[in-house]
Parts: sequence; C-alpha cells; structure tokens
Amino acid sequence: MAQRRTIVRWLLGGGFSASIVSFLYPAIKFMNPPAIPEAAVNEVSAGKVQDLKVNAGKIVKFGSRPALLIRTGESEFRAFSAICTHLNCTVQYQDARREIWCACHNGLYDLNGKVVSGPPPAPLEEYAVRVRGDEVVLSKRA
Amino acid sequence: MAAITEWLDERLGWNAIREFAAHKSVPVHSATMWYYFGGITLFLFTIQVLTGVLLLLYYRPSPTEAYESVQFIVTRVEFGWLVRSIHSWSANLMILSAFIHMFSVVFLHSYRRPRELTWLSGIALLGLALGFGFSGYLLPWNKLSYFATKVGTDMAGSVPLIGHQIARFLRGGDDVGGGTLTRFFGFHVAVLPGITTLLLVLHLVLVQKAGMSSPPWIKGENLPQIRFFPNFFLRELMAWYAALGVLGSLAALFPWELGEKADPFAPAPAGIRPEWYFLAPFYTLKLIPSHVWRIEGELLGLFGFGLLAVWWVLLPFWSADRRGTLRQRLVTGAGVALLAYLATFSVLGYLR
Ligand code: FES
Repeated sequence: MAQRRTIVRWLLGGGFSASIVSFLYPAIKFMNPPAIPEAAVNEVSAGKVQDLKVNAGKIVKFGSRPALLIRTGESEFRAFSAICTHLNCTVQYQDARREIWCACHNGLYDLNGKVVSGPPPAPLEEYAVRVRGDEVVLSKRA
Repeated sequence: MAAITEWLDERLGWNAIREFAAHKSVPVHSATMWYYFGGITLFLFTIQVLTGVLLLLYYRPSPTEAYESVQFIVTRVEFGWLVRSIHSWSANLMILSAFIHMFSVVFLHSYRRPRELTWLSGIALLGLALGFGFSGYLLPWNKLSYFATKVGTDMAGSVPLIGHQIARFLRGGDDVGGGTLTRFFGFHVAVLPGITTLLLVLHLVLVQKAGMSSPPWIKGENLPQIRFFPNFFLRELMAWYAALGVLGSLAALFPWELGEKADPFAPAPAGIRPEWYFLAPFYTLKLIPSHVWRIEGELLGLFGFGLLAVWWVLLPFWSADRRGTLRQRLVTGAGVALLAYLATFSVLGYLR
C-alpha cells in the first residue's frame, strides 16, 4: 500500500515537473532574441574629402555601427571604431587636444587609438582609410 | 447599513478585518516621524500607476515614434506636460523616500527578528523601483537615456560567463535599439508592475503581522500608543498631502525636460550622467582604472557592487550574534558608512 502511494506520488510529481519544464523551455527560448544576420560590412564610403575640415572628426556609419573618421592633415585620415572599449559609449574627436574622448567616463585615446587615460581597458579598433578620387573609403584591416 | 455589513461579513470576514484595524496601534516616541516614509513611498507608487496609465494612452514604444509621442504628450495633449512631469518627478521622489524608509529601518533597527522577511521584501521592492527607473528612463528615447542604457546593459554584459546572455536578453539583440525599447517598455508597464504588486502585498501583510517595531533604546511595555485608525492614518494622510504639495510644485515649476532625440550615430554628449540614484556607482566606475593588477576595472567594480549588495541584503542575519544579541553599533556604523559613501560619491559624480 505504502509502496503504491510512493509510486503515485512520483508519477504525479514527475508529471507536474515535466509539464512545468515544457512550459518554461519554449518561454525561455522565446525571450532570447534571434541573431539577425548582418551583412558583413568590410568597406564603406565616408563621403567626400572636402566635406571634412583638417583637424576635425565625424561619425560615419560602418554597417550598423558608428565609426570615427578624423582628418589629421591635408591628405591624411585616420579612422576607428567609435565604440568605446569601456562600456560601449560613442567617442568623439576633440580638436583642441587632438585626442579622442569618451564623454561617458572620461576615457581618452590618442590618434593611434591607444588609451591615454581613463577607464577604457583596450585601444579602439583602427580601420584602414584610402582616398579614391575625392572619396574617402574606410575598410576593416585584414 | 447593518444589513450591508452583515452581508459583507458573511462573505469577506469583514468584522475580523474591522476588529484588526480597530486594534492596530502605533507606538509614539521621538522617532515616530520616520514611520511615515513607507506610506509616502506607497502613495507615490500609486501616483506612478495612475499617471503611468494616462501616459500609456499616447505613448508609442518604437524608435521612430517614441520621442515624437512624448513630444506630442508634452506639447499637444492638454495637461500632458503636467502628467509627464509628475510621472518623472514622482519616480524620483519615490526612490528618495524609499531610501529614507530603508535607512530609517536600519538606524531604528527595525529589521530585527522576526522582521527579516519584511526587510528582504523591502529590499526587493527597492531593487524593483530601481528597475522601474532604469527601464522608464529609456522610454522617451533621448540621447542621455540611449547612452545610459548602453552603459548599463554593457555593465551587465561584463558579468563572467553569463554576461553576454544577460546583455542580449536585456537589449533584445546585440545593440541597444528598437528591440531594447520594446523590451524595456514591456518590463516597465507589465513585468515590473506585476511583480511589484505581489511583493508589495507581501510586504504590507508582513508589516501588519509583526506590528510596528520600536527602536531598542526605547523600552518598556507601557510605551504610549496611538490607534492606527483614525489617528495615525489621518496623520499619514497629512504626510501624503505634504508629499503631494512638494511633488506638485516641483512638477509645475520645473517641468521635466525631454532632451534631444537619440541618434545611434552621434557621439555621447558631454556632461552625460545617469539619474541621481545611479550617480554613486557611476562615479566609482569613473575612478577605477582600466586594470587593477590583472583584473579589468569594470569587472572589479561590478564585483565590488555585487558584494556590497549581498552584504546589505543579508543585514538582518549578521546584525545579531549567535545568542541573538543585537550588534547595534556595528549596524549603525555600517549604515553611516554606506550613507556617507552614497552621499559623497553622488555629489562628486554630479559635480565632475
Ligand atoms: S564608456 Fe567610454 S569611458 Fe566609459
């Protein structure tokens, strides 16, 4: 008798737990956002040379992410991912100091993308810049 | 009338409730004023629910429409500016009064046995309030809130092992964007209110069950008491009116700003800082260098905040020794230290 009761209890308990799991599993999977395939962007046009003054910077779209293009000289450009390596803010060019600055926690990078001061743990990813005719082109470094 | 009460009593046990309310009393002593802050927090929460429901009539949770819909509310809808301003101000005042409530519980040592669960449920409610603040902050989809959300979710992402999963879950994708906005909207208007209501009921029931605590230094069986109904309740009502006065003047005189629309391709604006109740951790993050020994600074910060939170949540359990004697000085010292840290770092975070 007691044995039968134990078996019934296990069956009931097991069935109940199984149904809970079968509710939870799809729900949890549902919460996890599906990966949206991103067209791998390796090269973007960043506009005309004359649109950017010397010693100025601007944010351009690199796929779905921001990149920072800086004109350091008459025909010299530098480009980095504009995403701060600390906590993801978007950096900006500071012409007076000739540095890259992140407003969120005062992170400073030099014109090679290296961290000068502040909390960022790693340098900014650098992109290659070419001038094609009067067009500036950014591309991922191999 | 008698027939109605009898009818209700048969169905609801009305007389027992009345009996309970008639006997509920509140001790009167030098620190009685601190008892009001729990009620004030509750009052402000009610205001949040009511104004929140109103805002829902016009708000649209999508990156292309969110900012515009809030703009519509504050410029075109009659009293829209007031309703939105009250919602924002009341949120801040509610968190302030929850903090006051919490610290008064600490300094009056009301978390003691048998009120550990009351403390735990209260802390959970505070956590939910911060969650409301964080998720609601993003909804107008302005620049400040956009970057605040980036930073906040990125911090969650630096949790070892599961961080990436958490960040993706919060953002509804790999980056802060439309997916994040709909998610935060869902958290803010459905998930959090649901959990909060349950916990709030639990918290209030626990408070009723244990009765009001008096501080350990006020001893004696014959502490003067006042009846909850109507004496204390009427005083609490006065406190609510005072809170309403403060709230109304702030909301009317300093309408909450909307800021500029978020733009994923604009740099973080200078002078960016989070809401005041996140300033202390924000400033701490600013101070921690990129690497301490071999550990990344942000990870260290997160770990530190985590430890601090656990230690604080467990306060009722380390506040007494094995024999159950209250370590009164230790707790007071800890409370003062935490308060001092929060206050100085918030001020510094605001100024720099
Ligand atoms: S996000 Fe750039 S310094 Fe923190």
